Amino acid sequence: MLHIVNKSPFKYRNLDTCVRVSEKEDPIILIEDGVYAALKGSSIEGLMKKTLEDHPVFAIRADLKARGIDEVLDGIEVCDYSCFVDMVEKHIPYSWL
Amino acid sequence: MKFGILVQEGPYNHQASDSAYNFIQAALEKGHEITGVFFYNDGVINTTKLMDIPADDRHISKRWSDLGAKGIQLIVCVAAAKRRGINPDVLIENARIDGLGQLSELCIESDRLITFGD
Repeated sequence: MLHIVNKSPFKYRNLDTCVRVSEKEDPIILIEDGVYAALKGSSIEGLMKKTLEDHPVFAIRADLKARGIDEVLDGIEVCDYSCFVDMVEKHIPYSWL
Repeated sequence: MKFGILVQEGPYNHQASDSAYNFIQAALEKGHEITGVFFYNDGVINTTKLMDIPADDRHISKRWSDLGAKGIQLIVCVAAAKRRGINPDVLIENARIDGLGQLSELCIESDRLITFGD
């Protein structure tokens, strides 16, 4: 299953819950305010590093750019909408709204 | 592959509508089929032609209408629309107001349903 997270981890617990219940190797894509989870040196860096051990994590390039995030945590793959589409093709998507 | 799209948030105050649109554009470029877009809850506000947008900003309802002109069905939930003053008089071209059952139809017809909301 593909987990789509669109909420900032600094305001909501969606990402935290997603990581807790998702199966190992399930990909997670950060979109909209969800991309704040990709920030380097933040208070949730620990959670993200642990998440990256079990899940491939992606973040939408345009959403990062719109929020002034130039640099992302090592291991997070920056991708565009085309790769988002590819992932939805490969996996059943679930939006963590 | 056949993708169905569900939009649950209104335009301009939330990114859901933009994300959905960008996803659809990317999917079409890759040769996928969009079985339809269902506008639910505040998402129905995407479909009013009363929007008057500054020239330097994207015109969200026009953008949807143009997509509808390409043959992609745009379905607006009747119950959500009634509550928000969206009726056939203010509805954009190429969209239709219909029941929630059409969302089930969309799910049945599509290989994937992707939800964009808050």
